[in-house]
Amino acid sequence: MSGTFVGMPAFPRAARTAVRDTTLRGNLRHATRTIRGKRAQAVAELADWAELREAGRRIKDHTLRHLDRYLEQVEEAVTAAGGTVHWAADADEANAIVAQLVKETGESEVVKVKSMATQEIGLNEALEAEGIRAYETDLAELIVQLGRDRPSHILVPAIHRNRGEIRDIFAREMGAWGRPAPEGLTDRPAELAEAARLHLREKFLRAKVGISGANFVVAETGTLVVVESEGNGRMCLTLPETLISVVGIEKVVPTWRDLEVFLQTLPRSSTAERMNPYTSMWTGTTDGDGPRAFHLVLLDNGRTDTLADEVGRQALRCIRCSACLNVCPVYERAGGHAYGSVYPGPIGAILSPQLRGTGSEIDASLPYASSLCGACYEVCPVAIDIPEVLVHLRERVVRGGPATRDGNKVVLRPAKGHAAERAAMRAARWAFTRPGALRAGQRLASRTRRFHPRTLPGPGRAWSASRDLPAVPAEPFRDWWQRTRGGKDTDR
Amino acid sequence: MSGRERVLGRVRRALADVPREEVPYEQAVPRGYLREHGGRSVAETVELLAENLADYRALVHRCTDTGLPSLIAGLLRRHGSASVVVPPGLDPGWLAETEVTRVADTADGTPRALDGVDSVVTGCAVAVAETGTIVLDGSPDQGRRRITLVPDHHICVVRVPGQVVASVPQALGRLDPARPLTWISGPSATSDIELDRVEGVHGPRTLEVVLVTVR
Repeated sequence: MSGTFVGMPAFPRAARTAVRDTTLRGNLRHATRTIRGKRAQAVAELADWAELREAGRRIKDHTLRHLDRYLEQVEEAVTAAGGTVHWAADADEANAIVAQLVKETGESEVVKVKSMATQEIGLNEALEAEGIRAYETDLAELIVQLGRDRPSHILVPAIHRNRGEIRDIFAREMGAWGRPAPEGLTDRPAELAEAARLHLREKFLRAKVGISGANFVVAETGTLVVVESEGNGRMCLTLPETLISVVGIEKVVPTWRDLEVFLQTLPRSSTAERMNPYTSMWTGTTDGDGPRAFHLVLLDNGRTDTLADEVGRQALRCIRCSACLNVCPVYERAGGHAYGSVYPGPIGAILSPQLRGTGSEIDASLPYASSLCGACYEVCPVAIDIPEVLVHLRERVVRGGPATRDGNKVVLRPAKGHAAERAAMRAARWAFTRPGALRAGQRLASRTRRFHPRTLPGPGRAWSASRDLPAVPAEPFRDWWQRTRGGKDTDR
Repeated sequence: MSGRERVLGRVRRALADVPREEVPYEQAVPRGYLREHGGRSVAETVELLAENLADYRALVHRCTDTGLPSLIAGLLRRHGSASVVVPPGLDPGWLAETEVTRVADTADGTPRALDGVDSVVTGCAVAVAETGTIVLDGSPDQGRRRITLVPDHHICVVRVPGQVVASVPQALGRLDPARPLTWISGPSATSDIELDRVEGVHGPRTLEVVLVTVR
């Protein structure tokens, strides 16, 4: 994934810093609460939401279970419609393919539609290294790019910025990238949008190469779908002469008809709209309308490793709506940056450790970035059981075991730092299978309770730093039961 | 080994647990969801389209086909337009009562030239009532995709009730995936500042939809 995330501290450490940032917490609280209420309303308008959700889940599951067949169908249909299909096993391959395609056009700048896949592979940095400048054209991506910042939300990468901060970034940075912000720019959202319109128009009009992702690829027709709001997507998809779309292999749906499910669930789940302002659909190239050359880069980059995990593969159903971020109590407080990935929030906590493996400190900590409350599962429009995958990944981190990395079967070693947890679990198992030892231990604990500390020593300190240790009762439950015959002899 | 063989090989190995003869696609997906939400008469469906278009800040007008030319002329005048892009197959009668400069939609025109044009008038392929959406499919009365994108003022004519469907599933059934399609729901907008919707970014900032009843 993107180089900007290399060396991220583990989630607990990053989150600790983030929760102390009161501006950040205020911005996130405001934005996530606004959208939560609106989403619930948009979903309630559809009496058949549960059926749509189930259909979405089944379409995605079926496609994933037969992905090889559908990918070949995509290749055939896109090629027949005048496009060229490329395959990339990892980020480096995808970046090299795109850089080469841009160089073949003779251009040194490209305009980009907001795309998670190109964020994930660090395409902008890779192009920069090849002397190609990539301009982000989505408003939030523009805020992130101008602010030399990192994205913190799937849908609204600049959600951690409030209008005042955005105004300052525009006023300070726009001049260095092109048309400066208008004099006397205020923090009114309409004025900020206008500043972006003026700044980017020049770039759209001269652009010769556009780069996008896609929300869906229809296997039977070879149609790509991009769902957006601002019109920057339409600009990048129709004005340039060459269009390059980098798309994760899990974005495929089998048929044209399948779009009727996702075009109803995606807008309502993400921006809480009945329909987003603009959706573009194109199949290969069209004579005299739009790009003359179209390239589709199919990206693996850890997706097949995820697919190999029978529990974890459901994460690939994700349609990137970000509803799970907006309802997550952990995300609302810690913010997106703490997740150390372009995929933050609950979906990021199960996607990043599967796409990247659990080798790094941050990835091994992500399955723990949750209270397992399950709100994410409830709102997910494709019913990804995020808590189930989180627990599954925790087990993988602690116990190690078989996994797939870069297409190869590997056996992971148990992670360091969980020795105390493992020892405690072993001790519990030993005691719970020996009633005599358990009884003796419980009585000892009750009699010594005056001397118990309020916090745990050693490795347990982290656990009791934010919790009280449960108080041990004066008498073990089983002793009380025997003495009072289950409370019947209350006078004894 | 090519990238293609490597990726497909990995996919196949990853799916080693999936039985070859699994439930086929037709039976794998339950389609228990509704074809449309609520039962409405044709007139009520058109009414809902008007409501939902307006809810997302499109300006909605109604007229009969005889009143269309004067309505369009009035809309262009009120917007202060001096020029209008005309798709090749647009009914010439629609612009019969306006004097503004016509700009043809041609393959060799540049985006920059389009940027200097004030308005565009098009028909549409289908309109979706439940979502307040109009869909363009590049037919001769709608022209190339860019002409409804670069000018700041889009007047879109919807023939009612013939071009109106209730729902997204019904709309997809009417559309041809081989054509370049643009689904438009209100003027360009963004939710990128504090997750609040603001109208007016890169696409046309004014979207006027004319619901014309054919007599």
